[in-house]
Amino acid sequence: MKQLRIDVGRCDYGRHCEHECEHACAEKVFKLKDPAMAALHIRELPDGKGVAALCDQCGDCVVVCPADALRRNKPGVILLDKKLCVGCYMCVGFCEKDVFERNPEWLEPYKCISCGICVKVCPRAALEIVDVPEPAPRII
Amino acid sequence: MSQVVFDPAKVMDVDYTKRTEYHAELEAMRVSRRLLKEVAFTPSLPERGYNGRTLHVDVGTLAVTEKPVTPQMKDLFVGGRGFGLWHLWNAVTPRTRWNDPENEIVISPGPVCGITQYAGTGKSLVVTLSPETEIPIDSNVGGYFGPLLKFSGFDALELQGKSEKELILFIDGQKGILRLEEAPVGPVDSHVLAEVLTALYAENDADRVNVSVVSSGAAAGHSLIGMLNFSWFDTRRGCIRLKQAGRGGIGTVFRDKGIKALVCRGPRVRGDLNRPADLETLAKVGIKYHREIRENDPHQCMMRRNGTAHIVEIMDAYDLLPTHNFQYGSHPDTHRIASTYWQQRCTQVTADGCWYGCSMACAKGADGLVLKTGPYKGHTVTVDGPEYENAAGLGSNCGVFDPDWLLELNFYCDTYGICTITWGTLCAFVMECYQRGILNEERTGGLKMTWGNAEADLEMMHQLARGEGFGRIAGQGVHRMKKIFAERGWGDPRLLDDIGMENKGLEYSQYMSKESLAQQGGYALTNKGPQHDEAWLIFMDMVNKQIPTFEDKAEALYYFPLFRTWFGLAGFCKLPWNDVVPADNARQPEAHKVPEHVQNYVDLFTATTGWKITKEELLVQSARVYNFQRVFNIRMGKGLREHDRAPYRSMGPVTREEYESRAERYDRQIVEEMGLDPSGMSLEEKMAAHRRWREERYRKLTDAVYLRRGWTPNGVPTLERLKELGLDALPEVVDVVRQHL
Ligand code: SF4
Ligand code: SF4
Ligand code: SF4
Repeated sequence: MKQLRIDVGRCDYGRHCEHECEHACAEKVFKLKDPAMAALHIRELPDGKGVAALCDQCGDCVVVCPADALRRNKPGVILLDKKLCVGCYMCVGFCEKDVFERNPEWLEPYKCISCGICVKVCPRAALEIVDVPEPAPRII
Repeated sequence: MSQVVFDPAKVMDVDYTKRTEYHAELEAMRVSRRLLKEVAFTPSLPERGYNGRTLHVDVGTLAVTEKPVTPQMKDLFVGGRGFGLWHLWNAVTPRTRWNDPENEIVISPGPVCGITQYAGTGKSLVVTLSPETEIPIDSNVGGYFGPLLKFSGFDALELQGKSEKELILFIDGQKGILRLEEAPVGPVDSHVLAEVLTALYAENDADRVNVSVVSSGAAAGHSLIGMLNFSWFDTRRGCIRLKQAGRGGIGTVFRDKGIKALVCRGPRVRGDLNRPADLETLAKVGIKYHREIRENDPHQCMMRRNGTAHIVEIMDAYDLLPTHNFQYGSHPDTHRIASTYWQQRCTQVTADGCWYGCSMACAKGADGLVLKTGPYKGHTVTVDGPEYENAAGLGSNCGVFDPDWLLELNFYCDTYGICTITWGTLCAFVMECYQRGILNEERTGGLKMTWGNAEADLEMMHQLARGEGFGRIAGQGVHRMKKIFAERGWGDPRLLDDIGMENKGLEYSQYMSKESLAQQGGYALTNKGPQHDEAWLIFMDMVNKQIPTFEDKAEALYYFPLFRTWFGLAGFCKLPWNDVVPADNARQPEAHKVPEHVQNYVDLFTATTGWKITKEELLVQSARVYNFQRVFNIRMGKGLREHDRAPYRSMGPVTREEYESRAERYDRQIVEEMGLDPSGMSLEEKMAAHRRWREERYRKLTDAVYLRRGWTPNGVPTLERLKELGLDALPEVVDVVRQHL
């Protein structure tokens, strides 16, 4: 399964970079202007450290979706089928990493598709796409 | 009580996609259907929760008409149960009986019904004159029919008249076509019928989620306790699932009208079909609630693991689990039907809501059940993992502690179209009559109705489905059984009255109210008879001890019936209100009302309808409908104080054994509550003292509750109360009340 990873030693949480990853994700992948609407979140904390919230394709959202609108594709990435989605946002509420996104303009929510566009733009090469085994569905 | 720990490793490995398929039945249905009438209509989507249209179908004349939803209807009745009662009021006269053609079945989703962002928002309300109580009954039901009906264009469906043919009404909200069809052959029982009709009316496999079927079953037509099943298609299991409009015999009326099924095919559901005033608020409140479930449910009720069955063991621990017809409150075998077992037996890695967006997901399914009796013997079926009411009613109350038999009882009640709660209570009554020699093998025609004899219990049910034998008598319900037994000289009528757990003709649901004065009122001081829809107070009274004083209890019997009525006006399920609570709820003032969730409801209603209400106005909306329903009862010849009498079994120990099982508690009450000395008293004297004290206490409670509700001592809403609520705008309502002042 294709999974986005971050090397927390390399990422400097926006102190010197311009949040290129969030910009690229919001603009290029989802055609949204606001980087806060990206499918990953990099935040600097007052203590000098930071947090990164990334989707690890864990599959919890697949289990809770009542419309069967979320499925893994062949590389194991979870994709949303807009034709099936009923806009209930259970996926959003149940994502423990808080990276199932929604915005007021769209009816359907959205999430990381492990496309790697953020990986390419990161000036510190902190992001990578790795291939890891798919976890078994969890009871949620 | 310690918190149950869920162990995923113990969940049984059952293939939830395997079950018996009904291809021959599908074929038989396909070839035998005959079109009687086709009418075109204009499909519409609601605007802010309302379409403004009612569909009226006379199944006798096949006349199809549309009526507008008037502003007055919305102001006074909101929707759902309110619309149902109003349509029924206009359809019947005080002389109408349940099986007269003018009696109606009204199905109405409330204005909020159909939003997908919050848990428990797919409920429609079904209203009819009940064959059991002969007054209006209303039932709150899940499944997709209500929302799909609304997204096809209608805020309510009225069914009137009687068909001589077996009728199917098909509402196609995608194409704007309504068809009345004759279906002379083919299945009647719901698990087959709903499956077959879903396949038949969906245009392809993907379309099956857009189809919902309302059906009943073979036992409904031979009894007074028939129930309706509302289906939805479970995509992961690949089969239909059922939710029930259970209480009061609505399925009996349905079958008496000659209706085999209603089928609605709606548009593909999206998150905004209700066209709410403020979708953003719905999204925010919904996501906040989903998170609360994710974080708190595993440490609170575990609704997502075991549905409502989590309280089986709690009720047992508090001596409140009805056992052997409400004689006792616990049993050593309860662990066999407790939530720890159901967590293992029910399928877990799936979504089990009865409408989209239900993160509480209590509709657990037990898959791979191989039936041991009856016409479907040997079939592999999926049945709902028993809700608490079923585990207690079909289980402990009848002494059945074998979980497989319990599932089979549950399955047959559902597919035969009879109410599980009613069946549990009436079977427990039959079993106690058998225990006491009021019934015997000769009188039951060979059924050995001993405690725990699930096979005899099932045979009684199969008899009812075939319309024969003692099963047919049982299917008349407790109220009529008492009369039948007394007429035949079987048993002492006073004892039958004391142990027959019914009020207004409706069987009690499954809580032991003997030690909970609040729940005694919660059961008998109700509009539609003893159920837990109006005032489920036992938990807050006996477990959480949140309403300790007499005044608290009377106040709770004012507030909760109104608050809970509102769910049925707007189109909500009640469970998400208090089966999970915010982490800091216990620290809030009036924690038992779950204030944060009340605010959620106010916000959801306002965001859907654009109609700004407060939590106080929410109660007023309910109070209008609640008082209207009380007046409706009075109009139909019930609804007065005498009809709020409770059987003594619900209030105190009827028999010596019951007293002895709690002798310490009862003796202490003689000292502390009655100021008497039990040491010199015989058991009979003690029991008599208890009866006097308990009946007096109930009488006082009745007085206090009526006063608080704005009713006369005879239980009639006063003219002032009607005026306060704006119901004086309906002169026909005022007229009924005047005759009783
Ligand atoms: S969106 Fe959240 S729940 Fe879904 S796969 Fe990603 S991390 Fe898991
Ligand atoms: S919002 Fe769409 S994708 Fe998310 S859980 Fe609901 S139906 Fe599934
Ligand atoms: S992998 Fe693609 S979708 Fe996921 S965070 Fe990066 S840019 Fe966004």
